[in-house]
Amino acid sequence: MSKKITTPLTMEQINNLKAGDSVLLTGYVYTARDAAHKRLVDLINQGKELPFDIEGQVIYYVGPTPAKEGQPIGSAGPTTSYRMDSYTPALLEKGLKGMIGKGKRGAEVVESIKKNGAVYFAAIGGAAALTAKCVKQSELVAYEDLGAEAIRRLYVEDLPLVVVIDSQGNNYYEIGQREYIELTNNSRSQEIK
Amino acid sequence: MREIQVSEITKAVRDLCIEANYYLNEDIKNAFLKASDEEEFKLAKDIMDILIKNAEIAANENMPMCQDTGMTVVFIDLGQDVHIVGGNLNDAINEGVRKGYIEGYLRKSVVGDPIERINTKDNTPAVIYTNIVEGDRIKITVVPKGFGSENMSQLKMLKPADGIEGVKKFVLKVVKEAGPNPCPPIIVGVGIGGTFDYSAYLAKKALLRSIDKRNSNTFYAKLEEELLDSINKLGIGPQGFGGRTTALAVNVEAFATHIAGLPVAVNISCHATRHAEIEF
Repeated sequence: MSKKITTPLTMEQINNLKAGDSVLLTGYVYTARDAAHKRLVDLINQGKELPFDIEGQVIYYVGPTPAKEGQPIGSAGPTTSYRMDSYTPALLEKGLKGMIGKGKRGAEVVESIKKNGAVYFAAIGGAAALTAKCVKQSELVAYEDLGAEAIRRLYVEDLPLVVVIDSQGNNYYEIGQREYIELTNNSRSQEIK
Repeated sequence: MREIQVSEITKAVRDLCIEANYYLNEDIKNAFLKASDEEEFKLAKDIMDILIKNAEIAANENMPMCQDTGMTVVFIDLGQDVHIVGGNLNDAINEGVRKGYIEGYLRKSVVGDPIERINTKDNTPAVIYTNIVEGDRIKITVVPKGFGSENMSQLKMLKPADGIEGVKKFVLKVVKEAGPNPCPPIIVGVGIGGTFDYSAYLAKKALLRSIDKRNSNTFYAKLEEELLDSINKLGIGPQGFGGRTTALAVNVEAFATHIAGLPVAVNISCHATRHAEIEF
Protein backbone atom coordinates (compact mmCIF):
# COMPACT_ATOMS: atom_id res chain seq x y z
CA MET A 1 0.00 0.00 0.00
CA SER A 2 1.48 3.33 -1.05
CA LYS A 3 1.48 6.36 1.24
CA LYS A 4 0.13 9.53 -0.38
CA ILE A 5 2.08 12.74 0.21
CA THR A 6 1.82 16.30 -1.08
CA THR A 7 4.34 19.09 -1.47
CA PRO A 8 5.53 21.29 0.16
CA LEU A 9 6.58 18.61 2.66
CA THR A 10 5.70 19.21 6.31
CA MET A 11 7.68 17.77 9.24
CA GLU A 12 4.64 15.65 10.03
CA GLN A 13 4.76 14.02 6.59
CA ILE A 14 8.54 13.60 6.76
CA ASN A 15 8.48 11.95 10.19
CA ASN A 16 5.83 9.55 8.93
CA LEU A 17 8.03 8.26 6.07
CA LYS A 18 10.25 5.24 6.65
CA ALA A 19 12.95 3.72 4.44
CA GLY A 20 11.29 1.18 2.12
CA ASP A 21 7.89 2.91 2.00
CA SER A 22 6.23 3.13 -1.39
CA VAL A 23 4.93 6.65 -1.90
CA LEU A 24 2.71 8.50 -4.37
CA LEU A 25 3.67 12.18 -4.52
CA THR A 26 1.33 14.93 -5.71
CA GLY A 27 2.19 18.63 -6.03
CA TYR A 28 4.95 20.84 -7.35
CA VAL A 29 8.56 19.65 -7.63
CA TYR A 30 11.56 21.50 -9.06
CA THR A 31 13.88 19.92 -11.62
CA ALA A 32 17.61 20.44 -11.27
CA ARG A 33 20.70 18.44 -12.09
CA ASP A 34 24.47 18.93 -12.32
CA ALA A 35 24.86 22.37 -13.93
CA ALA A 36 21.79 23.89 -12.22
CA HIS A 37 23.01 22.68 -8.82
CA LYS A 38 26.35 24.34 -9.40
CA ARG A 39 24.61 27.65 -10.11
CA LEU A 40 22.30 27.38 -7.08
CA VAL A 41 25.19 26.73 -4.72
CA ASP A 42 27.23 29.56 -6.29
CA LEU A 43 24.31 31.90 -5.47
CA ILE A 44 24.22 30.65 -1.85
CA ASN A 45 27.99 31.15 -1.52
CA GLN A 46 27.63 34.70 -2.81
CA GLY A 47 24.79 35.38 -0.35
CA LYS A 48 22.28 35.92 -3.15
CA GLU A 49 18.62 34.86 -3.46
CA LEU A 50 17.75 31.55 -5.14
CA PRO A 51 15.48 31.70 -8.23
CA PHE A 52 12.68 29.98 -6.26
CA ASP A 53 11.67 29.65 -2.61
CA ILE A 54 13.25 26.34 -1.58
CA GLU A 55 11.66 26.04 1.91
CA GLY A 56 9.83 22.71 2.21
CA GLN A 57 10.35 21.95 -1.46
CA VAL A 58 11.42 18.84 -3.34
CA ILE A 59 14.03 18.73 -6.10
CA TYR A 60 13.75 16.07 -8.79
CA TYR A 61 17.08 15.16 -10.42
CA VAL A 62 15.87 14.91 -13.99
CA GLY A 63 16.85 16.05 -17.47
CA PRO A 64 13.74 15.31 -19.53
CA THR A 65 13.58 14.72 -23.26
CA PRO A 66 11.93 17.54 -25.28
CA ALA A 67 8.13 17.67 -25.07
CA LYS A 68 6.16 16.88 -28.21
CA GLU A 69 3.47 19.35 -29.19
CA GLY A 70 0.54 19.32 -26.78
CA GLN A 71 2.42 17.48 -24.06
CA PRO A 72 3.84 19.09 -20.88
CA ILE A 73 7.06 17.09 -20.95
CA GLY A 74 8.95 14.28 -22.70
CA SER A 75 10.32 11.19 -20.99
CA ALA A 76 11.38 12.09 -17.47
CA GLY A 77 13.08 9.44 -15.32
CA PRO A 78 15.60 10.20 -12.55
CA THR A 79 19.32 10.73 -13.08
CA THR A 80 22.00 9.30 -10.76
CA SER A 81 22.03 11.31 -7.53
CA TYR A 82 25.61 11.02 -6.27
CA ARG A 83 26.74 13.64 -8.79
CA MET A 84 24.72 16.20 -6.82
CA ASP A 85 26.23 15.16 -3.44
CA SER A 86 28.75 17.99 -3.17
CA TYR A 87 25.94 20.57 -3.55
CA THR A 88 23.18 18.90 -1.51
CA PRO A 89 24.07 19.84 2.12
CA ALA A 90 24.06 23.57 1.24
CA LEU A 91 20.55 23.24 -0.22
CA LEU A 92 19.29 21.22 2.76
CA GLU A 93 20.59 23.99 5.05
CA LYS A 94 18.48 26.43 3.02
CA GLY A 95 15.28 24.48 3.68
CA LEU A 96 15.12 21.83 0.93
CA LYS A 97 13.11 18.90 2.35
CA GLY A 98 13.11 16.24 -0.33
CA MET A 99 15.16 14.92 -3.22
CA ILE A 100 14.14 12.49 -5.94
CA GLY A 101 16.79 10.59 -7.85
CA LYS A 102 18.31 7.15 -8.02
CA GLY A 103 21.34 5.47 -6.51
CA LYS A 104 23.58 5.90 -3.48
CA ARG A 105 24.30 9.10 -1.53
CA GLY A 106 27.51 10.01 0.28
CA ALA A 107 27.93 9.98 4.06
CA GLU A 108 27.83 13.80 4.29
CA VAL A 109 24.48 13.89 2.51
CA VAL A 110 23.02 11.24 4.83
CA GLU A 111 24.24 13.25 7.85
CA SER A 112 22.70 16.42 6.44
CA ILE A 113 19.39 14.63 5.75
CA LYS A 114 19.29 13.57 9.43
CA LYS A 115 20.36 16.97 10.74
CA ASN A 116 17.85 18.93 8.65
CA GLY A 117 14.97 16.44 8.78
CA ALA A 118 14.66 15.68 5.09
CA VAL A 119 14.04 12.61 2.95
CA TYR A 120 15.62 11.04 -0.15
CA PHE A 121 13.31 9.27 -2.57
CA ALA A 122 14.14 7.06 -5.54
CA ALA A 123 12.04 7.19 -8.67
CA ILE A 124 12.27 4.11 -10.89
CA GLY A 125 15.39 4.61 -13.00
CA GLY A 126 14.76 4.29 -16.71
CA ALA A 127 10.96 4.13 -16.40
CA ALA A 128 10.85 7.54 -18.03
CA ALA A 129 7.87 7.10 -20.35
CA LEU A 130 5.71 5.95 -17.45
CA THR A 131 6.95 8.75 -15.19
CA ALA A 132 6.10 11.35 -17.86
CA LYS A 133 2.44 10.31 -17.49
CA CYS A 134 2.46 11.69 -13.94
CA VAL A 135 3.65 15.13 -15.04
CA LYS A 136 0.66 17.36 -15.70
CA GLN A 137 2.30 20.77 -16.08
CA SER A 138 5.79 22.11 -16.63
CA GLU A 139 7.06 25.67 -16.58
CA LEU A 140 10.54 27.10 -16.89
CA VAL A 141 11.85 28.72 -13.68
CA ALA A 142 15.50 29.50 -14.48
CA TYR A 143 18.57 28.77 -16.61
CA GLU A 144 16.91 28.19 -19.99
CA ASP A 145 20.39 28.17 -21.54
CA LEU A 146 21.06 24.85 -19.80
CA GLY A 147 18.54 23.07 -22.02
CA ALA A 148 17.71 19.68 -20.48
CA GLU A 149 19.40 20.84 -17.27
CA ALA A 150 17.27 23.99 -16.79
CA ILE A 151 15.20 24.42 -13.61
CA ARG A 152 11.53 23.69 -14.25
CA ARG A 153 8.56 23.59 -11.92
CA LEU A 154 6.55 20.44 -12.55
CA TYR A 155 3.10 19.62 -11.25
CA VAL A 156 3.00 15.86 -10.69
CA GLU A 157 0.15 13.58 -9.72
CA ASP A 158 0.74 10.29 -7.93
CA LEU A 159 4.41 10.09 -8.89
CA PRO A 160 5.52 6.60 -7.70
CA LEU A 161 8.57 6.76 -5.41
CA VAL A 162 10.35 4.64 -2.82
CA VAL A 163 11.80 6.17 0.36
CA VAL A 164 15.50 5.28 0.30
CA ILE A 165 16.88 7.44 3.14
CA ASP A 166 14.43 8.57 5.79
CA SER A 167 14.86 11.43 8.25
CA GLN A 168 16.44 9.02 10.76
CA GLY A 169 19.13 8.09 8.24
CA ASN A 170 17.88 4.53 7.59
CA ASN A 171 19.00 3.44 4.13
CA TYR A 172 16.73 1.14 2.14
CA TYR A 173 19.44 0.10 -0.33
CA GLU A 174 21.26 -1.50 2.60
CA ILE A 175 18.13 -2.90 4.28
CA GLY A 176 16.57 -4.40 1.13
CA GLN A 177 19.75 -6.07 -0.05
CA ARG A 178 20.48 -7.47 3.41
CA GLU A 179 16.95 -8.87 3.67
CA TYR A 180 17.28 -10.56 0.29
CA ILE A 181 20.58 -12.19 1.22
CA GLU A 182 19.14 -13.36 4.55
CA LEU A 183 16.13 -14.81 2.74
CA THR A 184 18.28 -16.78 0.28
CA ASN A 185 20.65 -17.94 3.04
CA ASN A 186 17.67 -19.20 5.07
CA SER A 187 16.18 -21.07 2.15
CA ARG A 188 19.58 -22.59 1.37
CA SER A 189 20.12 -23.75 4.96
CA GLN A 190 16.60 -25.23 4.97
CA GLU A 191 17.44 -27.19 1.83
CA ILE A 192 20.52 -28.59 3.59
CA LYS A 193 18.44 -29.73 6.59
CA MET B 1 32.66 -1.75 -56.91
CA ARG B 2 29.28 -1.06 -55.31
CA GLU B 3 28.53 2.59 -54.67
CA ILE B 4 26.56 3.77 -51.63
CA GLN B 5 25.42 7.37 -51.36
CA VAL B 6 26.14 9.12 -48.05
CA SER B 7 22.51 10.26 -48.00
CA GLU B 8 21.45 6.62 -47.51
CA ILE B 9 23.76 6.35 -44.52
CA THR B 10 22.41 9.56 -42.99
CA LYS B 11 18.82 8.35 -43.39
CA ALA B 12 19.64 4.95 -41.85
CA VAL B 13 21.42 6.48 -38.84
CA ARG B 14 18.56 8.92 -38.26
CA ASP B 15 16.01 6.11 -38.21
CA LEU B 16 18.16 3.84 -36.03
CA CYS B 17 18.65 6.57 -33.37
CA ILE B 18 14.88 6.88 -33.01
CA GLU B 19 14.15 3.16 -33.22
CA ALA B 20 16.73 2.27 -30.59
CA ASN B 21 15.34 4.80 -28.11
CA TYR B 22 11.63 4.03 -28.57
CA TYR B 23 11.55 0.24 -28.83
CA LEU B 24 12.99 -2.25 -26.39
CA ASN B 25 14.64 -5.27 -28.01
CA GLU B 26 12.86 -8.63 -27.76
CA ASP B 27 15.70 -10.37 -25.88
CA ILE B 28 15.51 -7.80 -23.07
CA LYS B 29 11.71 -7.83 -23.01
CA ASN B 30 11.76 -11.62 -22.57
CA ALA B 31 14.33 -11.29 -19.79
CA PHE B 32 12.05 -8.80 -17.97
CA LEU B 33 9.15 -11.27 -18.11
CA LYS B 34 11.31 -14.12 -16.81
CA ALA B 35 12.71 -11.90 -14.02
CA SER B 36 9.22 -10.85 -12.96
CA ASP B 37 8.31 -14.55 -12.54
CA GLU B 38 11.45 -15.38 -10.59
CA GLU B 39 11.60 -12.51 -8.12
CA GLU B 40 10.78 -13.52 -4.54
CA PHE B 41 10.44 -9.95 -3.20
CA LYS B 42 7.22 -8.10 -3.96
CA LEU B 43 8.95 -4.76 -4.58
CA ALA B 44 11.49 -6.42 -6.91
CA LYS B 45 8.67 -8.07 -8.87
CA ASP B 46 6.69 -4.80 -8.96
CA ILE B 47 9.69 -3.01 -10.44
CA MET B 48 10.09 -5.58 -13.19
CA ASP B 49 6.40 -5.11 -14.02
CA ILE B 50 6.86 -1.31 -14.06
CA LEU B 51 9.74 -1.70 -16.52
CA ILE B 52 7.59 -3.90 -18.78
CA LYS B 53 4.78 -1.33 -18.66
CA ASN B 54 7.24 1.51 -19.33
CA ALA B 55 8.52 -0.24 -22.48
CA GLU B 56 4.93 -0.72 -23.67
CA ILE B 57 4.06 2.96 -23.18
CA ALA B 58 7.27 4.05 -24.96
CA ALA B 59 6.56 1.81 -27.96
CA ASN B 60 2.84 2.63 -28.20
CA GLU B 61 3.28 6.37 -27.85
CA ASN B 62 6.57 6.73 -29.74
CA MET B 63 8.56 8.21 -26.91
CA PRO B 64 11.98 7.39 -25.44
CA MET B 65 11.83 4.60 -22.84
CA CYS B 66 14.52 6.48 -20.86
CA GLN B 67 15.12 10.23 -20.73
CA ASP B 68 18.85 9.60 -21.06
CA THR B 69 18.90 8.97 -24.78
CA GLY B 70 22.63 8.65 -24.46
CA MET B 71 25.78 9.55 -26.26
CA THR B 72 25.49 7.92 -29.67
CA VAL B 73 27.98 5.14 -30.39
CA VAL B 74 27.94 3.92 -33.99
CA PHE B 75 29.53 0.68 -35.16
CA ILE B 76 30.11 0.38 -38.91
CA ASP B 77 31.00 -2.86 -40.66
CA LEU B 78 32.10 -1.59 -44.05
CA GLY B 79 32.56 -4.05 -46.89
CA GLN B 80 35.92 -3.56 -48.63
CA ASP B 81 34.13 -3.55 -52.00
CA VAL B 82 31.96 -0.57 -51.10
CA HIS B 83 32.66 2.91 -52.40
CA ILE B 84 31.02 5.65 -50.34
CA VAL B 85 30.06 8.52 -52.65
CA GLY B 86 28.63 12.00 -52.28
CA GLY B 87 30.53 12.99 -49.15
CA ASN B 88 32.41 11.90 -46.07
CA LEU B 89 31.28 8.82 -44.10
CA ASN B 90 31.77 10.35 -40.63
CA ASP B 91 29.95 13.56 -41.62
CA ALA B 92 27.07 11.46 -42.97
CA ILE B 93 26.80 9.54 -39.69
CA ASN B 94 26.85 12.73 -37.61
CA GLU B 95 24.19 14.28 -39.85
CA GLY B 96 22.04 11.19 -39.19
CA VAL B 97 22.53 11.58 -35.43
CA ARG B 98 21.64 15.29 -35.67
CA LYS B 99 18.41 14.56 -37.56
CA GLY B 100 17.47 11.60 -35.39
CA TYR B 101 17.89 13.47 -32.12
CA ILE B 102 16.08 16.60 -33.28
CA GLU B 103 13.25 14.97 -35.25
CA GLY B 104 12.78 12.13 -32.73
CA TYR B 105 12.49 14.46 -29.71
CA LEU B 106 15.50 12.78 -28.11
CA ARG B 107 17.55 14.50 -25.40
CA LYS B 108 20.71 16.24 -26.54
CA SER B 109 23.21 15.16 -23.92
CA VAL B 110 26.57 15.85 -25.56
CA VAL B 111 28.89 18.71 -24.60
CA GLY B 112 31.47 19.82 -27.18
CA ASP B 113 34.40 19.90 -24.79
CA PRO B 114 34.69 17.82 -21.60
CA ILE B 115 35.95 20.76 -19.53
CA GLU B 116 34.22 23.74 -21.14
CA ARG B 117 30.93 21.74 -21.22
CA ILE B 118 28.80 23.61 -23.75
CA ASN B 119 25.98 21.49 -25.18
CA THR B 120 26.27 20.94 -28.94
CA LYS B 121 22.43 20.89 -29.04
CA ASP B 122 22.24 18.07 -31.59
CA ASN B 123 23.92 15.17 -29.72
CA THR B 124 26.91 15.20 -32.09
CA PRO B 125 29.61 14.14 -32.40
CA ALA B 126 28.95 10.41 -32.25
CA VAL B 127 31.63 7.96 -31.17
CA ILE B 128 32.28 5.99 -34.37
CA TYR B 129 34.01 2.63 -34.79
CA THR B 130 34.64 1.52 -38.35
CA ASN B 131 35.58 -2.05 -39.11
CA ILE B 132 36.53 -3.15 -42.65
CA VAL B 133 35.01 -6.51 -43.59
CA GLU B 134 34.70 -8.63 -46.75
CA GLY B 135 31.98 -8.02 -49.31
CA ASP B 136 30.04 -5.08 -50.71
CA ARG B 137 27.61 -4.34 -47.91
CA ILE B 138 27.51 -1.95 -44.98
CA LYS B 139 26.14 -2.79 -41.53
CA ILE B 140 25.31 0.09 -39.22
CA THR B 141 24.61 -0.45 -35.52
CA VAL B 142 23.52 2.50 -33.39
CA VAL B 143 24.00 2.26 -29.63
CA PRO B 144 22.62 5.18 -27.58
CA LYS B 145 24.67 4.80 -24.37
CA GLY B 146 23.28 6.30 -21.19
CA PHE B 147 25.82 7.63 -18.73
CA GLY B 148 24.23 6.52 -15.45
CA SER B 149 25.66 3.13 -16.29
CA GLU B 150 28.62 4.30 -18.39
CA ASN B 151 29.94 6.17 -15.33
CA MET B 152 29.99 2.91 -13.34
CA SER B 153 32.27 1.16 -15.86
CA GLN B 154 35.91 0.36 -15.03
CA LEU B 155 39.09 -0.95 -16.62
CA LYS B 156 42.04 -2.69 -15.02
CA MET B 157 45.37 -3.98 -16.25
CA LEU B 158 45.62 -7.30 -14.40
CA LYS B 159 48.80 -9.37 -14.17
CA PRO B 160 48.92 -12.61 -16.18
CA ALA B 161 49.25 -14.39 -12.81
CA ASP B 162 45.83 -13.04 -11.78
CA GLY B 163 44.29 -15.31 -14.43
CA ILE B 164 40.62 -16.11 -14.72
CA GLU B 165 40.09 -15.79 -10.95
CA GLY B 166 41.41 -12.23 -11.12
CA VAL B 167 39.01 -11.46 -13.95
CA LYS B 168 36.01 -12.81 -12.01
CA LYS B 169 37.00 -10.91 -8.88
CA PHE B 170 37.33 -7.64 -10.80
CA VAL B 171 33.97 -8.00 -12.59
CA LEU B 172 32.20 -8.67 -9.28
CA LYS B 173 33.95 -5.73 -7.61
CA VAL B 174 32.80 -3.36 -10.38
CA VAL B 175 29.18 -4.54 -10.18
CA LYS B 176 29.19 -4.34 -6.38
CA GLU B 177 30.58 -0.81 -6.37
CA ALA B 178 28.02 0.27 -8.96
CA GLY B 179 25.19 -1.03 -6.73
CA PRO B 180 21.90 0.73 -7.43
CA ASN B 181 23.42 3.58 -9.50
CA PRO B 182 23.35 2.15 -13.05
CA CYS B 183 19.62 1.22 -12.98
CA PRO B 184 19.75 -2.53 -12.37
CA PRO B 185 18.92 -5.04 -13.72
CA ILE B 186 22.04 -4.38 -15.76
CA ILE B 187 23.76 -5.98 -18.72
CA VAL B 188 27.49 -6.44 -18.11
CA GLY B 189 29.83 -6.17 -21.09
CA VAL B 190 33.29 -7.62 -20.39
CA GLY B 191 36.30 -7.19 -22.67
CA ILE B 192 39.35 -9.36 -21.95
CA GLY B 193 42.69 -9.03 -23.74
CA GLY B 194 44.02 -6.82 -26.52
CA THR B 195 45.53 -3.57 -25.26
CA PHE B 196 44.35 -1.01 -22.68
CA ASP B 197 42.03 0.68 -25.20
CA TYR B 198 41.03 -2.44 -27.12
CA SER B 199 39.69 -4.18 -24.00
CA ALA B 200 37.29 -1.25 -23.51
CA TYR B 201 36.23 -1.51 -27.15
CA LEU B 202 35.59 -5.24 -26.67
CA ALA B 203 33.49 -4.56 -23.55
CA LYS B 204 31.36 -2.09 -25.50
CA LYS B 205 31.09 -4.50 -28.44
CA ALA B 206 29.98 -7.26 -26.05
CA LEU B 207 26.88 -5.18 -25.28
CA LEU B 208 25.78 -5.46 -28.93
CA ARG B 209 25.28 -9.20 -28.69
CA SER B 210 21.75 -10.38 -27.97
CA ILE B 211 21.55 -11.33 -24.27
CA ASP B 212 20.11 -14.76 -25.04
CA LYS B 213 23.19 -15.72 -27.09
CA ARG B 214 26.25 -16.99 -25.25
CA ASN B 215 29.83 -16.62 -26.48
CA SER B 216 30.57 -19.14 -29.26
CA ASN B 217 33.66 -20.29 -27.33
CA THR B 218 32.49 -22.78 -24.65
CA PHE B 219 35.05 -21.56 -22.09
CA TYR B 220 33.77 -17.98 -22.31
CA ALA B 221 30.15 -19.14 -22.52
CA LYS B 222 30.65 -20.92 -19.19
CA LEU B 223 32.36 -17.85 -17.73
CA GLU B 224 29.36 -15.71 -18.75
CA GLU B 225 26.96 -18.03 -16.96
CA GLU B 226 29.14 -18.30 -13.89
CA LEU B 227 29.55 -14.53 -13.61
CA LEU B 228 25.82 -13.96 -14.03
CA ASP B 229 25.12 -16.42 -11.25
CA SER B 230 27.64 -14.79 -8.88
CA ILE B 231 26.33 -11.30 -9.68
CA ASN B 232 22.74 -12.31 -8.98
CA LYS B 233 23.79 -13.70 -5.60
CA LEU B 234 24.92 -10.22 -4.52
CA GLY B 235 21.27 -9.36 -3.76
CA ILE B 236 21.41 -5.82 -5.24
CA GLY B 237 18.22 -6.54 -7.17
CA PRO B 238 16.08 -4.37 -9.48
CA GLN B 239 16.87 -0.68 -8.76
CA GLY B 240 19.05 -1.80 -5.85
CA PHE B 241 16.10 -2.46 -3.54
CA GLY B 242 17.13 -6.08 -2.98
CA GLY B 243 16.25 -9.09 -5.09
CA ARG B 244 17.55 -11.71 -7.44
CA THR B 245 17.73 -9.80 -10.72
CA THR B 246 20.84 -7.65 -10.48
CA ALA B 247 21.93 -8.49 -14.03
CA LEU B 248 20.07 -9.91 -17.00
CA ALA B 249 23.21 -11.11 -18.74
CA VAL B 250 26.99 -11.01 -18.84
CA ASN B 251 28.45 -10.85 -22.36
CA VAL B 252 32.18 -11.50 -22.67
CA GLU B 253 34.42 -10.80 -25.67
CA ALA B 254 38.06 -11.86 -25.68
CA PHE B 255 41.06 -11.14 -27.93
CA ALA B 256 44.75 -11.98 -28.12
CA THR B 257 47.04 -10.04 -25.80
CA HIS B 258 50.70 -9.51 -24.85
CA ILE B 259 52.80 -11.96 -22.76
CA ALA B 260 53.07 -9.32 -20.02
CA GLY B 261 49.44 -8.28 -19.69
CA LEU B 262 45.81 -9.11 -18.97
CA PRO B 263 43.60 -6.08 -19.65
CA VAL B 264 40.00 -6.36 -18.42
CA ALA B 265 37.28 -3.81 -19.08
CA VAL B 266 33.79 -3.87 -17.64
CA ASN B 267 31.22 -1.75 -19.47
CA ILE B 268 27.98 -1.63 -17.54
CA SER B 269 24.70 -0.99 -19.28
CA CYS B 270 21.31 -0.33 -17.69
CA HIS B 271 18.14 -2.37 -18.20
CA ALA B 272 17.33 -0.10 -21.15
CA THR B 273 20.28 -1.48 -23.12
CA ARG B 274 19.55 -0.19 -26.56
CA HIS B 275 20.81 -0.89 -30.02
CA ALA B 276 19.35 -1.01 -33.49
CA GLU B 277 21.01 -2.15 -36.69
CA ILE B 278 20.53 -2.33 -40.43
CA GLU B 279 22.50 -3.90 -43.25
CA PHE B 280 22.25 -2.87 -46.87
